[in-house]
Amino acid sequence: MSAEIIANQTQQATQVPPAPKPPGELSGEPAPAAAASPARQPSRKRLALRAFARDKAAVVALVVLLLAVGGAILAPLLTSYDPYAGDSSRRLAPLFTPGHWLGLDGQGRDIWSRLLYGGRYSLTVAFVPVLCVFPIALALGLFAGATKSRLGGIAMRVLDAVFAFPIVLLALALAAVFGGGLGNVMMAIGITLLPYMTRVAYNATVQEIGKEYIEAARVAGATNAQLLFKQLMPNVVSPLVVYATSTMGLMIVTASGLSFLGVGITPPTPDWGVMTSDGSQVLLEGYAHVATIPGFAVLVVALAFNLLGDGIRDALDPHKQTS
Amino acid sequence: MHPYDALIRVENLRKEYTVKSMFGTSAKSFVAVEDASFHISRGETWGLIGESGSGKTTIGRMLLSLVEPTSGTILFDGNDISKLDRSYQRQMRRRTQMVFQDSGSAFNPRRPVGEQIAFGLLQYDLCTRREARGKVLDLLDRVGLADMHYDRYAHEFSGGQKQRLGIARALASRPDFIVLDEPTAALDVSVQAQILNLLKDLQQERHLTLMLITHNLALVEFMCDRAAVLNHGVLVEAGSVDDMFQAPQSDLTRKLLDAVLEPEISAAA
Repeated sequence: MSAEIIANQTQQATQVPPAPKPPGELSGEPAPAAAASPARQPSRKRLALRAFARDKAAVVALVVLLLAVGGAILAPLLTSYDPYAGDSSRRLAPLFTPGHWLGLDGQGRDIWSRLLYGGRYSLTVAFVPVLCVFPIALALGLFAGATKSRLGGIAMRVLDAVFAFPIVLLALALAAVFGGGLGNVMMAIGITLLPYMTRVAYNATVQEIGKEYIEAARVAGATNAQLLFKQLMPNVVSPLVVYATSTMGLMIVTASGLSFLGVGITPPTPDWGVMTSDGSQVLLEGYAHVATIPGFAVLVVALAFNLLGDGIRDALDPHKQTS
Repeated sequence: MHPYDALIRVENLRKEYTVKSMFGTSAKSFVAVEDASFHISRGETWGLIGESGSGKTTIGRMLLSLVEPTSGTILFDGNDISKLDRSYQRQMRRRTQMVFQDSGSAFNPRRPVGEQIAFGLLQYDLCTRREARGKVLDLLDRVGLADMHYDRYAHEFSGGQKQRLGIARALASRPDFIVLDEPTAALDVSVQAQILNLLKDLQQERHLTLMLITHNLALVEFMCDRAAVLNHGVLVEAGSVDDMFQAPQSDLTRKLLDAVLEPEISAAA
């Protein structure tokens, strides 16, 4: 290349970032935000609620869950029958028997009453372990993900080892070791759940901490505590809430499975798993309703938790919130 | 401006990363920056040119104390930044800011952008909580955005607008020195020009010293008087941009120069 050509080309190169700005500086640039409402935007909470309300499946799921919880709490008002006391003369009465619209089970106990009272146990087993594990998983995941310390690394490796066990098998083994009863089942489920929830928190932390807004906050003078709690944590809590909600469905199935297998909540407690187990004994005699009704309740509630989880994910996603 | 009045002077800067294996038994090391020395004069725009992975962003981050150097010294306004006491360190943080490359992830997706711009103001006690909103609105106005943008979230903005927001945030703490890390890499050409002109105007107005990190020599030509070329962590060429364009000293510079000139060559042929 001759110097002349270079000089010539250099001159052209200076023009590569083209031309001075046009008079209306913004006009060249599309402004998608400008079309929306000019006033102050509604708060994030309101936007999230609006996004949630648009998701019909999630709203239905929420209603179903509220009905289930309400039914469990208000059980004494919704039925006059004792879930433990049976009328053996009328055992296995079918659906729509006068006074017992869901029929009676193998010991002549009212199934509607047992379903309502059973919700207290089954729903507790779904909620409580998840709620207890949530803060532990969040703290562990944030710590291991944000500090990249040796201790955090070891904690994650230990939890990885727990991953190797199938979730139901581990819960089964733990429940067998701890023994039956509500508290022990919840403990077994909580321990089974911990590696999964921690992994979600850890992954979210590692993913978010590499993003530039963390560095930007540091340049803007944020302290480590501010980075962790104000910048990082909200972006980790959201996926964890979604995961926890969906997981509650799985936990209710697992808990019922444990009860069904006889290592969970013990009869005659009216847990949905116990009821399904009781019903299975008369299934072959041709009385399907005793087992299928509580089984159906587990199915519906588990499904509702999953749909609710999806709804929450969409509601918390800033991209899906529009005013 | 006196040529020796350097705001930033860097001597023998080196950064080595070690990657430990899972059990910490063996370690591999990787030199990101090798023995870099340069200075940036007050009020100038200094270009740092290199391909991706050459260590140019690492140098920028070391200047802002986001990454700690393995060895070497960085003098900011004559003071070694590794030896500053806490309050001076804070002062330095306030006076040095950054405009990030990936405007998509440079703002927290879950907080309004105005609040994030105000954060710097409040963090460095530059105004009261009540004044913050007004000050941010002034900044938004200065970078060509409107009042209504204050309460919006990052995903609601176009690439160019996000970069304007990034500039507003960098300006909030009234810095002397701003690192521009590929500020226009994600933008199309017409928007690039708007952003660069905005930066030039702001530099005049606020007496800013800028460091432009880029792989694009055309940007350097447009923005900078002096620049350096980084190749795999080593500064292979430094000096005035005019000299560099007239008589490139290193193969890499020639290569980068060719990349910029390519369209004109094919047009001339």
